[in-house]
Formats: sequence, C-alpha cells, structure tokens
Amino acid sequence: MLVVQDQEPDPMLPRRYRVRSTWAELAGVTSVELTPVDGAAVAFRPGQFNMLYAFGVGEIAISISGDPAEPQRLIHTTRSVGAVSAALTKLCEGDMLGVRGPFGSAWPVAAETGRHIVFVAGGLGLAPLRPAIYHVLEHRERYAGMTLVYGARSPDELLYAEEIKTWKSRFDTEIEVTVDHANPAWTGRVGVVTSCLDRALAGIDPAMVSAFLCGPEIMMRFSVMSLADAGVPPDRVWISMERNMKCAIGFCGHCQFGPDFVCRDGPVFRHDHVAPLLSMKEI
Amino acid sequence: MRIHGIEEILSEHPVFKAFDKETLELLAGCARNEHFRAGDRIFAEGDPADKVFLLRHGDAAVEIATSERAPIIVETLHAGDVLGWSWMVPPYRHMSDARAMTEIRAVSLGADCMRTKCDDNPALGYQMFQNLLPHMAVRVRALRMQVLDIYGTKKG
Amino acid sequence: MSADAGSRFVIDDPSALVSALLDDGWRVLGPRLRDDAIVYDEITGPGDLPRGLIDDQEGGHYRLRAGREASWFDYVVGPQSWKKWLFPARQKLWSAEKTGDGFDINPAADDWPKTVFFGVRACEIAAIEVQDRVFDNGDFADPGYRQRRAATLIVAVQCARSAATCFCASMNTGPHADSGFDIALTELADEAAFLVECGSARGAAILDRLEMRVPEEGHLRAAEAASKNAADSQTRRMVDDIPNLLREKLDHPHWEVVADACLSCANCTLVCPTCFCSDVEDVNDLTGDHTERWRTWDSCFTADFSYVHGGSVRRSTKSRYRQWLTHKLSTWHDQFGSSGCVGCGRCIAWCPVGIDITAEAAAFATDPEQSGD
Repeated sequence: MLVVQDQEPDPMLPRRYRVRSTWAELAGVTSVELTPVDGAAVAFRPGQFNMLYAFGVGEIAISISGDPAEPQRLIHTTRSVGAVSAALTKLCEGDMLGVRGPFGSAWPVAAETGRHIVFVAGGLGLAPLRPAIYHVLEHRERYAGMTLVYGARSPDELLYAEEIKTWKSRFDTEIEVTVDHANPAWTGRVGVVTSCLDRALAGIDPAMVSAFLCGPEIMMRFSVMSLADAGVPPDRVWISMERNMKCAIGFCGHCQFGPDFVCRDGPVFRHDHVAPLLSMKEI
Repeated sequence: MRIHGIEEILSEHPVFKAFDKETLELLAGCARNEHFRAGDRIFAEGDPADKVFLLRHGDAAVEIATSERAPIIVETLHAGDVLGWSWMVPPYRHMSDARAMTEIRAVSLGADCMRTKCDDNPALGYQMFQNLLPHMAVRVRALRMQVLDIYGTKKG
Repeated sequence: MSADAGSRFVIDDPSALVSALLDDGWRVLGPRLRDDAIVYDEITGPGDLPRGLIDDQEGGHYRLRAGREASWFDYVVGPQSWKKWLFPARQKLWSAEKTGDGFDINPAADDWPKTVFFGVRACEIAAIEVQDRVFDNGDFADPGYRQRRAATLIVAVQCARSAATCFCASMNTGPHADSGFDIALTELADEAAFLVECGSARGAAILDRLEMRVPEEGHLRAAEAASKNAADSQTRRMVDDIPNLLREKLDHPHWEVVADACLSCANCTLVCPTCFCSDVEDVNDLTGDHTERWRTWDSCFTADFSYVHGGSVRRSTKSRYRQWLTHKLSTWHDQFGSSGCVGCGRCIAWCPVGIDITAEAAAFATDPEQSGD
C-alpha cells in the first residue's frame, strides 16, 4: 500500500537561488556563483549536476563545476547554445533563478584513494571534472599521482586557463594541454587528446591508474582505447555521459541509455558498464 | 665513434627500436645529428624533402601558411616523433613549414641515402614500411579527429 | 452480512454498487461509450455503463458491435487506460510569478476527490502497479501521483472473454486478477448474477452497504470457468525469455523490417497503459510576469525525444522502434524489476499499420541467419 506523508517534497519544484557573481570564461561561456534564497546550501558530490531554471525560459541540466568542499559557493559553467543556456549566460549579479538538484552519480574520488588519477577532459568537459580535480588537489597526499590531459579547439577556447596554470605550477601534478589548431603565438601542443594521453601514460604504471573522462563522446571513445592499450584496468575507467534530460529524477524517460537512466544511474558511469552499448549506433 | 653513437640513438627511438643491429648499422650510414634553436625554421613548404628528422628532445610545430592571417599550427611533434614524410613520396617536396618551438636535438636520415638503400635492399624497405606506417597511421587518425571539430558549438 | 478482505458474495448486478459509491460521495470513473469506443470517464449513475456490447480487435482494428443483450462487461480494453487519470496527459506542475526582485514559485493545486476506478481489468491493475514503481523509484517519488493513487479505490472486473489482441495470460498479468483491487466483480452470464470478491477493508466498508448473498458452489464454478475461458481463448502469446533474448539482438536484421512498416506515429506509446515518458514545457502569459510549468506525455518515437545539443541520437525509425520494444520488454526489468508490457494488446489494435508486438518479439527469437528476411 502506498503511504502518503504530509508535505512530501516535490522533486519537480525548483528552489530559488540568487546570482552572487558572474564572470565570462570564454566567448559564449559564462560561470555563475549562486546562493540559496530558500533554505541552506546543499552538499554535492563531484560530477553531479543541477537543473537550472531561467524564469519564463525553461530548465536545463548543467553540471556543478565548483569545489565540493565549499558547497555554499555553488558554481556552474554554461555555454550559450540554446534558449535556456543563452539566458543563463546573460545573468547578472542579484538575478534569481531556480535550482533542482543535485542529481546523478559522482566521480568515485573517495573509492579511488591511493591510485594515480588521470583526468581526460575535452572542451567544456573540464567543467564537470573540476570538482573532482579540486578534491584530488586538496587531498593530493592520498593519491599516488595526478595527471590532467586537456584538449580544446584552440588556445582561445581553453577553459579555466589561469587556474590550469596554477595547477601546473604545483610540483605534484602532471598537466598536459593540447589544442586542435593554433597560431604561432601558442607555445603548447597542437594535436588531439589521445596523442597527448598516450605520452602522459607512458611514464605511469598503468595498473595504478584510475581514469576519469569527460568530453565529446567520440573523444572519450578513442581515449578509452588509448587507456586500454596502455594497460589501464577496464574497471578503473569512468566517463560522464550527456543525454536529453527533462526531469533528472528518472520519470521522463528521455535520457535512457539501454537499461540506464543517465540522470539517475549516471551521468558518471564506469566505462565497462556502458561499453557494449557505446559502440552501438543510435542507442 | 660518432657512427656508433648514432646507432645507439636510433636504437632508443620509439620508431626505430624494433630494427635489428645490422639494419641500424646500415641506416646509421645515412644519419647525422641535428640541432635547432627555438624559432629556427627546420624546413619550409616547397623545399626538397631531403631529410627525415627523428626528434630526441624538444618540440616542433608543423604549420601551414595562410595569406590573410598568421600561419596555423596544425600539429606539434615531440621527442620520439618523426618529423617529415614527404621524403617517401614523389616529388619529394615538403608541403608544410616546420619550426622549432624549443631547442631541438634530432637525428636526420638523408632521403637519397635511405631511398638508395631501400631500392638495393627491398627487405629494408619493407621494415621501414612496417615501422613507419603505424606512426603515420596514428597521426592520420589524429588529424581526422581534428577535422571533426568535436569541441565546436553545434547549433542544432 | 459483514465483508472482509478475501470474502466472496453474490449480487444481481453492479447497479447497487455504483449507486452506493455515488451515495457515499465517491467520484466514479468507469467505462462509457464515446465515438464508437469504450472510454474511461465519469459515471453519474449505473445507467451510464454501456450494455450489450462486444469488441472485435485485431492488428489495426477496433470495432464495437452488439453482443449478448444486456451484458455488462463482455467488451475488454479500449483505446484509453487508467493512466490518463493517474498520470494526466497534460498536467500543471507549478506556476511562477515575477516579483520586484525575482519570482515566487507556487506548486499547482492537485484536486483529486476520493475516486473509484470502476471496471479495471487484470492487465490494467498490473499496468497501474508498473507505474507505481515508475513514479516512486526508490530515489524519487511523484507526490501528486502518490496522492491520486492512494485516494483511488479499485473495482476490478474479471474478464470472461478475451479479444484477439489479448495476451495477458503469457505475461502472467491476467486474465484473472488475484490482488490489487478493493472489490472485484465477475459477471456470471448464465446465472444472471455477479460474484463479488472483497480485496480490502476499504472495499469491505462499501460492500457492507449492499444486499448480498452467500455464493453457491455453482457461482464459484461459473466464475472459475469464465476466467478459464478468457485465458484459453487467447490466440496471441509473448515468446519465452524475451528480456534476455532482446539484450542480444540489438543488431538483428529484423529491426529494419519493422522499421519499414512503422510510421513512428507514437500511437502505441499513447495507448500503452505503462508508457510513462513525458516532456515539460513552460507557458508564459503575454506580460511575461506569469509562467507555468506543464508536464505532457511524450513518446520515444519522436525525433525531439533524444535531442542533445547538435542533433537527435535516434534519427532512424529503426532505432526508435528498437528503443520502445527493448525498453518495454527487456530493459524495463533492469529498471523496475518487471516487464513494461502487461499483455493488454492496445498497441496492436491501435497501430495504424497493425504491427503486432507478439509477432515482432517472436521474430527476434529466430536466428537472423535462418530468418530469410
């Protein structure tokens, strides 16, 4: 028999937040820091996402890109591609928006303690990885190593470029950045993430690697092959997937990927769990 | 003693380490050490492709010049990579510019010398094919991914 | 005579039960005749129940015709299911009003009086129970659904016949409902009587208001025979082990064959009593000060359904039909611990080209090398 409690929380009802600050990251890409109007800040795990609602426009899923150790600073990075994301990139300090979440699975940063964490990011895929990067950097002594391989379209489109420099300046990280093309002012690498990853892996004991990947699906597909070729155990690779999401709570059915709801069972999946379907077309 | 040094260098390079000692001795006859300072032009579009460079240290940029704006770096190559493949394909002419991004130490193999040795010894030619092709294939696949522009905004 | 869960009685016809429910202030939703089809709508008195009708159903075919005179429930399921009440096709979730420094959000009021679903078939009880698991998935619950469900009394009708499209027996969801109802009725045609089963204390409280007789052996035997007749007359069945079978058949050439026929019209998902996919849309007034969030039924057969920025993941009809069938019959087990199909046959009858889910499922049991496609 169904038991109905009074005042059951409705997971479809947004909570109101206010924009504390907003800053441009790249052309068409903006970060916002939010603070709750209704109630206290909500803890989140690295890799989780929120449904952000712009009044009168609509709601979309955006991963949380701030530090999980500072949940009171709720940060999202959004690229303007549709009506809602365009509205989110135009927010100003003091504006209000609705938030539902956090939703979904997380990068297993705690379970992979003691491992060499290899982050592989492509384009805006760095945003959902950043909370996990923060966690590993803050607890660096708990991990055998930390490598970030990051690919972007061009030097102008490197997300969090200044922050990457500070990560690189630490002596306990390996940071490899590559772009698809550049002008001669660029002194870094030009080439795809996979080539860069092959090099980064060459100096690491593959058995010790736990890899977290986020970026275009095609980039993750080829990167997983590089990881496998290098001998990284298949059960130590996680990817973050993107599908159409309307409800984020497993009700609307849009984000199904085989037996999984990307919103509930993902977005972070252990790769070997989804691998058979990833190679099928139009799943 | 210098020849001996080059053989050793060749045997340590990822692409050439699979060759047996005899072959390396043969190739060493075509090899010489190269050094470039940061900013040096290694070769330019239209130049005869008379050498192939096996990079040991440093980074090289492969660039295509454009008339209306700055050259575009299409690929960077690093220690362990092979710079230049036009020497294998007629008319043996470079189709891009190569520039040292940092100080570079490399070994070059003379194209005429290599082609003559391969003509005389098809087995050597086949070994070159077997060991250079995988390196080339990796780079062609990488370029395909770049062509896809996977990080670009897709307005639907 | 006092009823309790599990007790059985006999009544002459369901009129007194309908009247008792209405007198007790229940909203009664039940079968009504509209546009030549049986639909589920509000009943204002026993006279609203259609009588003497029987349905002919086949792939792409549904017709009502005159049956046994004055029979009550010889027809089986029509195009609608109870889904439209518990999970409305269009539902306001909340509204928001612009304020001086932002906006206020107000949950939508959900007015659901105490309601009776009258005439629920075994497959439909199974379908409701499937959706119970969808809308309370362990992590999240839809409070509106749960409130409607909790405030709804189920009066089941045990089917005495099957349509040609029925295959509940092979899905183990019918034709006899053993549980999931508050009251169940079996029409005993030859006895001009109904066997009444009490399924719950709520049901007992209603039944206690009726004049009922103790069933005789003949009544019980006739009810058993009716259910057996309904099961035995089913001509369609789901192939065995379909959940596992489909897991291995995502590349089977038969998907192309179905895709050639399928119009991707979404009828099957709309008539399906378990399909739960939905979309949300925001509706604004012209001032821009008032906005509403609505939830509407959606279908995995539309192009927009799988849209991610840049394009749709499932571009072909083949991939959409594959998503629907594998979800319904296979991955539903992974998600909710049961099949998403209850064997009601609606998707067969209401498919404009008569695609038959049982025949399609059976085709995948054939080795592609030998299928001759």
